[in-house]
Amino acid sequence: MSQNCLTFNDLTLGYHSHPAVHHLTGAVRAGSLTAVIGANGSGKSTLMKGIVGILKPLAGAIDRDPASRIAYLPQQSELDKSFPARVTDLVSLGLWPRRGLLGRHTTEDRASVEQALSGVGLEGFGKRTIDTLSGGQMQRALFARVLVQDADLILLDEPFNAIDSRTVTDLVALIQRWHGEKRTILVVVHDLELVREHFPEALLLARQPVAWGDTNKVLEPANLLRARQFHEAWDENAPWCAPQDDHHHGDHDHHDHEHNGAAR
Amino acid sequence: MTAAYEFLFAPFVDFGFMQRALLGALLLCLSSCPMGVFLMLRRMSLTGDAMAHAILPGAAVGFLFYGLQIVPMTIGGLIAGVVVALGAGAVSRLTIQKEDASMAAFYLISLALGVLIVSIRGSNVDLMHVLFGTVLALNNDALTLIALICGITLILLTIFWRALVAECMDPLFLRSVSRLGTPVHFVFLGLVVLNLVGGFQALGTLLSVGLMMLPAAAARFWCSRVGTMCLVATAIGMAASVVGLLLSYHLSLPSGPAIILSAGVAYLLSMMLGTRGVVQDRMRRYRHRTA
Repeated sequence: MSQNCLTFNDLTLGYHSHPAVHHLTGAVRAGSLTAVIGANGSGKSTLMKGIVGILKPLAGAIDRDPASRIAYLPQQSELDKSFPARVTDLVSLGLWPRRGLLGRHTTEDRASVEQALSGVGLEGFGKRTIDTLSGGQMQRALFARVLVQDADLILLDEPFNAIDSRTVTDLVALIQRWHGEKRTILVVVHDLELVREHFPEALLLARQPVAWGDTNKVLEPANLLRARQFHEAWDENAPWCAPQDDHHHGDHDHHDHEHNGAAR
Repeated sequence: MTAAYEFLFAPFVDFGFMQRALLGALLLCLSSCPMGVFLMLRRMSLTGDAMAHAILPGAAVGFLFYGLQIVPMTIGGLIAGVVVALGAGAVSRLTIQKEDASMAAFYLISLALGVLIVSIRGSNVDLMHVLFGTVLALNNDALTLIALICGITLILLTIFWRALVAECMDPLFLRSVSRLGTPVHFVFLGLVVLNLVGGFQALGTLLSVGLMMLPAAAARFWCSRVGTMCLVATAIGMAASVVGLLLSYHLSLPSGPAIILSAGVAYLLSMMLGTRGVVQDRMRRYRHRTA
């Protein structure tokens, strides 16, 4: 278990007692790079929120090493672009895990912020106000903040949305670098070509986990077809789910759930 | 030279009540103006207004039992402010109603209730005192209270500065790295209430929010960083206090409105002439650089 960064035990996450991630069991190896894929509404972002702890599980549990540092780049950032701050101020937020509320930002810290900015190709942008950044530049700046956070577990929720191909290439290179540094990375991605090319492992969600493991196996046509056949809408009259009826205890393989078979 | 002295300094040198008024107003600026900047940046400008109204029934209950006494009215105002802030927050979290609507509902109820309670015992003059304040009648108790509130605000603001900035700039990020988000929000709301209560003796419940918001709104047109914005807002507030008190002295105007109107003029001038104001913006629109 020690080499697992993250373990899901029969995890169900959702809203208003409707599941958005249903009975997920499995583990994320430390140092692995996993693409989380699936249609809109399949529970990818919900899983991310659950791991960060913003959303509490409806059932089951997520085990994470409490000492591990986590960095989370949400799909819908609540960043206020009109806030009067410079790019440096934004990236310096990433120093929080190290310095917290009251710790002084040292010369080293400032140097690491500068370094992060040049690492994402934003040299010389430090003094610009954040309301002058384009979409792609903002995404680079947010990646710089993740760099500064120096986290063991990195969660990126659709980081390539509305980003041009050159920026995508740069950001993917950055993710590869993190992978080389043995950090654990989960990325929500829609572009399956990108997944095949750069991500060794994948988790295919359709509310239930459909497949999880080696990317080439996960992306087999049969899995993709099954992932497409799920109902996005909630059923208000769905019966209550009783987990003990349909849960295999002691089965820790990445497996798709019995529900899937039954639903078809 | 003497004329300038007579106009600018003599009122403050010769009269104790003018010195007290000046000291009270300057201390208020020191703590209220930075609060105003954060209220504005969190798009809660009108929340400040609502909170100012919400203080009224508490102060009125103090008045009902003790007359125009600063301590009971302040404590009453503080309690009412906290109840309304928490109540509006709870309604927005527990029901489908958003915070602005629940806040409006609470403060309208509070305002009507407050005016009713003051009228039970007092006259229209008392009501005017409560609503618009009497900065020229600040006594030692009131000054001590303002100084205390100013001190508490500045200390807490320094401690929580980084969290407050992070919570304004990117709340979801703060939640992902720290549990401070919600506590900081409540500390902040508490400080807003505290500062409104502090301003209430000097400027009344209706105008105390003016010294908070107008300098902050004016500073927005000059600065691009939050720290400098707080300093500029404080400077504008202090200048407006001095100008307002002098105008009030020389022209026999009511002092509270004179101060707030001076801040209002500062706002309008900043909007036109500030580095991010209308004029500069226009000039820039027709000129551009090569890269």
